[in-house]
Amino acid sequence: MTTLEVDITKRLGSFSLDVSFAIERPDEIMALLGPSGCGKSMTLKCIAGIERPDSGRIVLGGRTLFDSSAHVDLPPQQRRVGYLFQSYALFPTMTVEQNVRAGAAGATREERSARAAREIAAMRLEGLEHRKPAQLSGGQQQRCAMARILASDPELILLDEPFSALDGYLRWQLELELTDVLRGFPGGAVYVSHNRDEVYRMCDTVCVLDRGRSDAKVGVRELFASPATLAAALISGCKNVSRARVAGPGLLMCDDWGVTLETSLPVSEGVTHVGIRAHYFQAHAAGDGAASAAGGNAIPCTVERVIDSTFSTIVMARTPGGASLRYECEKDAWAALGNPAQLVLVAPPQTVMPLVSAGNGETPDAITLDNTGKGGAPRA
Amino acid sequence: MDWYPLLNSMRIAAISTVVVYLLGIWLADVVARAPRVVKGILDVVLTLPLVLPPTVVGYLLLVLLGPRRPIGAWAMGAFGVRLTMTWYSAIFATVVVSFPLMYRTARGAFEGFDQSLADAGRTLGKSNTWVFWRVKMPACRQGIIAGSVLAFARALGEYGATSMVAGYTPGSTATVSTTVYQLWRTGEDGLAFQWVLVNLAISAVVLLAMNMLEARSRSARARGAVA
Repeated sequence: MTTLEVDITKRLGSFSLDVSFAIERPDEIMALLGPSGCGKSMTLKCIAGIERPDSGRIVLGGRTLFDSSAHVDLPPQQRRVGYLFQSYALFPTMTVEQNVRAGAAGATREERSARAAREIAAMRLEGLEHRKPAQLSGGQQQRCAMARILASDPELILLDEPFSALDGYLRWQLELELTDVLRGFPGGAVYVSHNRDEVYRMCDTVCVLDRGRSDAKVGVRELFASPATLAAALISGCKNVSRARVAGPGLLMCDDWGVTLETSLPVSEGVTHVGIRAHYFQAHAAGDGAASAAGGNAIPCTVERVIDSTFSTIVMARTPGGASLRYECEKDAWAALGNPAQLVLVAPPQTVMPLVSAGNGETPDAITLDNTGKGGAPRA
Repeated sequence: MDWYPLLNSMRIAAISTVVVYLLGIWLADVVARAPRVVKGILDVVLTLPLVLPPTVVGYLLLVLLGPRRPIGAWAMGAFGVRLTMTWYSAIFATVVVSFPLMYRTARGAFEGFDQSLADAGRTLGKSNTWVFWRVKMPACRQGIIAGSVLAFARALGEYGATSMVAGYTPGSTATVSTTVYQLWRTGEDGLAFQWVLVNLAISAVVLLAMNMLEARSRSARARGAVA
């Protein structure tokens, strides 16, 4: 049975949201992944009943929460959907205990108190019951918010970028804790994030949201191994993208790079782009015998810039087509090449990813993203 | 010294503060959530008494509440109650004049309220009423208390509209402010000065109370920040 089924549209000024996905497994953790402003939070608010979609349907475990054609629109109170807000939204004038008890399920006051005490213990908040939220650390605040949600017995939990306000070590600690909590929760969860690493580690499936439109849901491993769309490739950390057309069986003419590359991945009819991850190239100094021995898929380049990054060397190289490629390798490996001015980058056929730009009729130019900060995609 | 004016001023200010508190919170909440155009219009109408001369407010009240005017005649016919020139007539004047102070401070507090707190309460299954009284009001407490104190102080000192709607009758409609004027006008400077001192004392207490409230909330915040 389907756990959650969402198919909604909403217009907000010039922005339009058109999202559809389903969570099939009862304890599935699904990520909504996309850049800021792509409509992720709005989608969550529609599921929780805080915002009203213009049209469509939301069904949770057989209960219709929203259906525009049947005029069903349950208030948030009746949806049984837990919502972890970015800022946790703890009631500032209440203690930890009052916060958790506020949402606790139960017929009598005693039952609710007992339920709250159980969740407080489960979230390791004992001894802090009488503190106000402002007197808690960031991690304790998040645990308190989770205790409050779990005490309310939701069927589904929505999480809105729960780590965006934190950094570094604390963020990592909280991620480990929250993963355990979500794995222990019997229902499904929708996890909103723009951080691909978090999503890769925490979620089972992922639905990429691009300018208000949702791609088909895929498994997280699949998204990073072989993204199908341009948006998915970019959000999964692919740094090199070129416009492309089919030039023969398994052959792609990469317009921005001025080369034809062979791919061993399935090529669909509507291919518009091609992507290669920055660390998948094999680099050779020009004139090196190995470069010619590698045969096809060799891209002769001129080195434009060499950037010494935290744990790797990033090389920006100009292709015959004029657009730049980004190549990333171990510092030692680059040193071993002897800092050449001319470079041959070889992309093995299994690393050449055919991509489809999902609708919108908009075809971005060759993209070389420079955001080295976010840690890069997992090197799977 | 006859203390009637002080008693009268206090009960007028107290009753009018209760009325203004409820009206101000209700309308502030309505306006804070209203669509933009409605908000603009309502805000102008509700703030108008703050900038109008009190005599204009008094005039408009007389036009509505006078014994031969629509509301005044209806109250007289239905309940046999006279709305002007009684002690409680001043309440109409002080409510109108002090209302914008309560409304504007409460609205400011509501607009600064983090809506996700209310949304969190609703997703936890709590009613809108619960969310309003248990989450929104406590979170906005500072602004609401400040508004109430200001409204009380303004009601206590109201002169212009009060003197038109309630007049000055010793032992009946006399308030502290109308008494000061009356005593000065009739040349009883010494007595007038005593009432001036009373007025100064009340105002000082009100301001002191407000500063103490503010200091307490600041230190509470500071304590809260030390996690």
